[in-house]
Amino acid sequence: MKLLIVDDSNIIRRKIRRSNKVGDLEVVGSACNGLEAVELVKQTQPDLVTMDLTMPEMDGIESIEKILEVKPDTRILVVSALADKATAIRALTIGARGFICKPFTEDELNDAFEQLLEDI
Amino acid sequence: MKEEQLQVFIEGTKYFFSTFAGQQVDVGVPYLVSSDTKVAFDYTGIIGIAGARKGCVYFSAPGRLLAKLLQALGEDDLEDDNLCDVVGEVANTVSGNARRDLGPEFVISVPVIVKGQLEDIKLPREIRSFVIPITWGQDKAALVICLE
Repeated sequence: MKLLIVDDSNIIRRKIRRSNKVGDLEVVGSACNGLEAVELVKQTQPDLVTMDLTMPEMDGIESIEKILEVKPDTRILVVSALADKATAIRALTIGARGFICKPFTEDELNDAFEQLLEDI
Repeated sequence: MKEEQLQVFIEGTKYFFSTFAGQQVDVGVPYLVSSDTKVAFDYTGIIGIAGARKGCVYFSAPGRLLAKLLQALGEDDLEDDNLCDVVGEVANTVSGNARRDLGPEFVISVPVIVKGQLEDIKLPREIRSFVIPITWGQDKAALVICLE
C-alpha cells in the first residue's frame, strides 16, 4: 500500500510518518500544499493520502477534488484542525473516506488508518 | 467577545498540549490590552480571521518552550524551522478547533510566523485584545485573541 502525506507543517508530516500503522505502508512522498499533492499523486499513484485542509497555494478541499479526478480510487483521510461539522461533511461528500481532527492521538490516527484499509 | 467564546480558546489550548504533548498547561486569568500593546515572546504564529468575525488569533512563546513541545511530539530536530513550524501549528490548531463552536463562518488563514517583537503587525485600532497567559513548566507563553 502506497501512502502520500499532505500537510503544510513538517512536524505534522513527520508525526504521521512515525505512527505505527504507517510503518506497514510505503510512504511514497509528502507534500506541503494541495497543488504539490496533485502532482505527486500523478507521479506516485498512491493508494492512500492523508490530507490537511488549510494550506497555501491550494487548499485541501480543492486538492481532494482534483486528486479524485486523476485517480478516483484514492482513499483520502482528512487530518485537519477545522473541527466544525460542516467542513467534515463537505470533505466526506466530495469523496474523502475519513476525517480526524488535530490534535490527534496515536490511537486515533491508527484507528483511522485501520478503517481506511479495512475494505481493500 | 463573550465569556463562553473566550473559553473555547482556553479549552482549545489546554487540549492541544494534553493531546499532542501529553502534558497539562496552566492557564492564567485572561486580561485585556489595548491594540498598542502586543504581547510577544521569541516566536509568534498569527492566524488571520475573516468571515463573521475579523481580526487575528496568535500564539507566542519562547524558543525553550517550543523546543520542549517539539520533543514531546517526538521530534528530535529542534532547529529554527521547526520552532517556527510548531508555533504556527499551535495557533492553527487552536483557531481551527474553535470552529467546532464558532462555526464555519469563522474563517482562518494559514499561519504567518514572526520572530521577535511584533512591531510590523497592525492590529485593529478600536479593538482590545484578550491575552490568555499560559504556563508550561518553567516557561510562559500567551494566546492572544483580537477579534471585532
